[in-house]
Amino acid sequence: MSGIKDLLFKMADDALIIGHRNSEWTGIGPVLEEDLAFSSMAQDKIGHAFALYTILHESFGEAEPDTLAFKRTEKEFKCCQLVELPIGEYDFSLMRHFLFDHAESLRYEMLANSSFQPLAQVAKKVKGEIKYHVMHADSWIKQLSNGTEESKARMQSALNFAFPYALGIFETVDSEKELIDSNVFLGEAELQKRWLENVSAILQGAGLTVPAVDPSKAVNGGRKGFHSEYLQPLLTEMCEVVNTDPDAEW
Amino acid sequence: MDHSIAITEQDIWLALERVKDPEIPVLSLVDMAMISKVELTNEKCVIHFTPTFVGCPALDMMKRDIKTEVELLGIATEVVLDMNNTWSSDKMSTEAKTKLEKFGIAPPVTIDDSELTQEALDRVRCPHCHSTDTTLRSAFGSTLCRAIRFCFACKQGFEQFKPI
Ligand SMILES: [Zn+2]
Repeated sequence: MSGIKDLLFKMADDALIIGHRNSEWTGIGPVLEEDLAFSSMAQDKIGHAFALYTILHESFGEAEPDTLAFKRTEKEFKCCQLVELPIGEYDFSLMRHFLFDHAESLRYEMLANSSFQPLAQVAKKVKGEIKYHVMHADSWIKQLSNGTEESKARMQSALNFAFPYALGIFETVDSEKELIDSNVFLGEAELQKRWLENVSAILQGAGLTVPAVDPSKAVNGGRKGFHSEYLQPLLTEMCEVVNTDPDAEW
Repeated sequence: MDHSIAITEQDIWLALERVKDPEIPVLSLVDMAMISKVELTNEKCVIHFTPTFVGCPALDMMKRDIKTEVELLGIATEVVLDMNNTWSSDKMSTEAKTKLEKFGIAPPVTIDDSELTQEALDRVRCPHCHSTDTTLRSAFGSTLCRAIRFCFACKQGFEQFKPI
């Protein structure tokens, strides 16, 4: 049972945190369409987080979704460090979105066949939405990498920077074995394998060099509650927004 | 409670036809295929409601609108989210899609069994001039359910209801 909870928490926390990061592009995106795209994706992601917190509440007796989202300590969050990083330049945000959403898409596709029904139901809905996020990322990666020498070099350096953090998405915890044994989830190793195939195809097609997968460089810790310096300030900020406007709808 | 004229399930469906999608005022929630079940007993009515997008911000508003409209019939109403039913744009009726196109939004193309391909996405007709010479500008429009496209024939941008 704790395996499913661990899985739900890390997925929900990833979605909540990247959703908040994406929403920071509202009003400052490079073009209006990108503004809309990032704020729509943020809304989708926060919706996904709440759907997962709702399962934790209804199937496992955890607190209300709002409490789980806004009243936990940093240590209790299980998001990977990739999603915590500040939005930085647009190149980085785009590359993070590309690397993260390819993993999300495959994860939800796997989970649509999960033996744990409440999660399988949510996954069936979410996987259709995530396809649009992936499509969006793919088309911009192709466009920018085929642009000027400068834009291509910037995409490559964004990739080199984000890649070790992206490997941290697939950090495993001990409770994963029971999930694999009971057909709840195929596991992070399998997910990473499929992810690497998909992202490599797009990146190489765009003329970028995929960094070598070096497990010793993976930025791990998030799944066990160890975070970057950027998470706490974000949690504080999210919490303040909720406290000043207790009826705000998310 | 003893009603002199009993409320039928059909009355409930008619009331639901009057509840519009707040983002697309020409379509009712019935047109949108968002009502998956109506349960009616002597004491109350339970409406099972399937959201389109998981994070749809209009969800609470729609739940309130349903409750208000059905309770005008004089029956206590409860609206429950039906998470066991997966909404798909393929569930929208042909009539609903026609209304959508007349409203100026390209209706969702049919996607067979959730396999969304680039090819299917490119098969979109402009709601203004009906040309299919159109291209995707952004997968994200003014609301979660819309994408932005451009028509080469009439040189206008338009929104499309995303197939999902
Ligand atoms: Zn046209």
